[in-house]
Amino acid sequence: MSNDLIKKLQAFLPADAVLHETEDLKPYECDGLSAYRQTPMIVVLPESESQVVQILKLCYAMQIPVVARGAGTGLSGGALPHANGVLVSLAKLNCMLEIDPLARTARVQPGVRNLAISEAAKPHGLYYAPDPSSQIACSIGGNVAENSGGVHCLKYGLTVHNILKLRVLTINGEILEIGGDSLDSPGYDLLALITGSEGMLGIVTEITVKLIPIPEKAQLVMAAFDDIQKAGQAVANIIAAGIIPAGMEMMDKITIHAVEAFLHAGYDLNAEAILLCESDGTTEEVADEIQRIQTIMKSSGATDLKTSRDDPERLRLWAGRKAAFPAAGRVSPDYYCMDGTIPRKHLAKVLKGIATLSETYGLRCMNVFHAGDGNLHPLILYDANTPGELEKTEAFGGKILEMCIQAGGTITGEHGVGVEKINQMCSQFESDELNLFHSVKTAFDPQGLLNPGKAVPTLHRCAELGAMHVHHGEEKFPDLPRF
Amino acid sequence: MQTLIDQFASTIRTAAENQRPLHIQGGGSKAFYGRPLINPAEKLDVSALQGIIDYEPTELVITARAGTTLATIESLLQQNNQMLAFEPPYFANSATLGGCIATGLSGPRRASAGAVRDFVLGVRILDGNGRDLRFGGQVMKNVAGYDVSRLMVGAMGTLGVLLEISLKVLPIPAVERTLSLDMDEAHAIEYMNRWAGKPLPISATGFVDDRLFIRLSGAESAVHAAQIQLGGEINQESEMFWKSVREHSHNFFKSAKSLWRLSVKSTTPPIKLPQSTQFIEWNGALRWLAYQETMPADIIRQITREIGGSATFFRNTDPAIPVFQQPGPALMHVHRQLKKQFDPAGILNPGRLYPQF
Repeated sequence: MSNDLIKKLQAFLPADAVLHETEDLKPYECDGLSAYRQTPMIVVLPESESQVVQILKLCYAMQIPVVARGAGTGLSGGALPHANGVLVSLAKLNCMLEIDPLARTARVQPGVRNLAISEAAKPHGLYYAPDPSSQIACSIGGNVAENSGGVHCLKYGLTVHNILKLRVLTINGEILEIGGDSLDSPGYDLLALITGSEGMLGIVTEITVKLIPIPEKAQLVMAAFDDIQKAGQAVANIIAAGIIPAGMEMMDKITIHAVEAFLHAGYDLNAEAILLCESDGTTEEVADEIQRIQTIMKSSGATDLKTSRDDPERLRLWAGRKAAFPAAGRVSPDYYCMDGTIPRKHLAKVLKGIATLSETYGLRCMNVFHAGDGNLHPLILYDANTPGELEKTEAFGGKILEMCIQAGGTITGEHGVGVEKINQMCSQFESDELNLFHSVKTAFDPQGLLNPGKAVPTLHRCAELGAMHVHHGEEKFPDLPRF
Repeated sequence: MQTLIDQFASTIRTAAENQRPLHIQGGGSKAFYGRPLINPAEKLDVSALQGIIDYEPTELVITARAGTTLATIESLLQQNNQMLAFEPPYFANSATLGGCIATGLSGPRRASAGAVRDFVLGVRILDGNGRDLRFGGQVMKNVAGYDVSRLMVGAMGTLGVLLEISLKVLPIPAVERTLSLDMDEAHAIEYMNRWAGKPLPISATGFVDDRLFIRLSGAESAVHAAQIQLGGEINQESEMFWKSVREHSHNFFKSAKSLWRLSVKSTTPPIKLPQSTQFIEWNGALRWLAYQETMPADIIRQITREIGGSATFFRNTDPAIPVFQQPGPALMHVHRQLKKQFDPAGILNPGRLYPQF
């Protein structure tokens, strides 16, 4: 079958756009979550929407699974290839089609890098707000697939809040225009449904994003605390005072030490937690807000306070937070990044739970936290070369996610379910809810050819796992259909 | 409350078995909006489903039952100096949260703060099989599973019966001030767009009778600085003016015999349609058309489609005219497939959105 398919693909794609030799396929065997690897049958590199249409029509006719891939920076294995499938890389669809400064929009192809949009908009005083930490490399198509966030999303929203229109190809190659250049469109909100659907419902070939004015000024307050609970309370106090900071990040002690050793950002090594709180807006607004933030930090018990005097200093203070991941890589051969979200009030409890688990599993864990919106990123430090340590790490991670669910939160704030958290979906949702997700999939892709096996577990899988959501101590899976 | 929900679920299951349509009803404040039901239907009155389930101001999240009135929610938020930032129109005191979500209508702050759908964090619904389902949650960031919560917004009750909704809330700005400037329509559209591209604390714009209204929101210092930059006169009745826009109690809306809502690209130049008067919001992205006489529906739809927008017959005076613009065949197919999955028997508010389902 594969030879036949290769021939058919080569009929309309250039020879170098159809990869099928093992050594050519290797680079595509994983995305940013390298613990999961799978060599695809074929990789195609289309250069135009019409080529993607042809690929889909061909695969649909031959009933071959299709997995879409952007820049491959995803952290949940959403772009993990299918052994008997075609991996469609959208990297070559990387044209910035149009910037309309007056309407404050940019129309781009999915392979365009997130940061490239802001760079192109900069001369007009505009930028694209969502800024995932991988923004230098990640593609906007991948951002749409995962509904990516970033450090500024409490104030400026996630991908779903910052896109206006999509061109989406369905599995049979049909083109859907979803959303519009206006602020709303009649009918169901398919724009929201497609955003974050992890390549399960369609392949996005064009995105119109909103651009917003670059703030006149941004300033940062760094506060150190001798108690993580006090830092958590400081966050609540800032929100209670009616302030929505542009960014609010927290790091725990082990993170502070790891990044300080790496970067010398000037963090207080005695601190149990550091809060970074950014204000942006007009010069007057920022001056006002920064003063209020300083007052609240002090009254919340901050032991040390530093306010950026200029942009280089602001960026230096941010650098530590942004370097948390590479710093983890320096103190440990491998690390595993989790992505739970919790109501902020449960922060201290969850962190304590993570510390206990850390002892139980004998693995260190650094905690960085998008404190404003409750998105927690524990980084479990491990060594893949030590037999059994990856398995232990995954078990540890799974426990953290279950703790997030128990705290009223979710297993993934911004990285997606992919293959990584598919088992925890059984704990997050009940069987009826998972069934409805499968129904949504069926509405778009009845044969289940797009990115099969990702994002939503089969009920069968959940039953085998024995982790199905149980309410009020009911009997486990009383009327579970087996399929 | 669970007894009530169990009753609803049983009503839905019976209706599905007998293929008898249900008409979901809340406060009735937006009953005028959308298409009438295809056939007479049994009422499913959800207005008794009231109460705020959870509200923690410092988490910026409120969870309430669908029948809770917007007035109840907003008064509680106000006590904590917070608000529903999308400024939902009530149109009557009986307006409920469920109706607000089902119609998906947002008010003057929409262009700067976001729409209803942008603030929805989670829902609990009964689908067309009477299944009790929860999606999303009470946290700001959640990408577990498809975004079914936002899919409910503007679905006119055709995909499920809303039971509970969690929303993100925001602080009320310290100061709000409205400026008004005399200018013609073309200039107003240009200025609104140009200013929206500058870091200014503009929270709403409105243009009517050759006058542009701009609301500034934020810290006094920021509002003052913007005020000096933009010029114009300070409007003494700021709050009342925006309320009249939000609630359609402004003379423009009150005197309209029939009202069209055009959602277009914000930079669209003045739309010339004879015999109509217009009210522009959202930096030009929302154009209200008022007619005193019979209105040429086909011409309005054609012109709107040509400029890439959509036209909704907002206050319907002629049941023969479709309310919502029809999507193309491929999109309509997706709509029907989704409807089939959520409501296989087709009993939830059939025809309220489109005549096909």
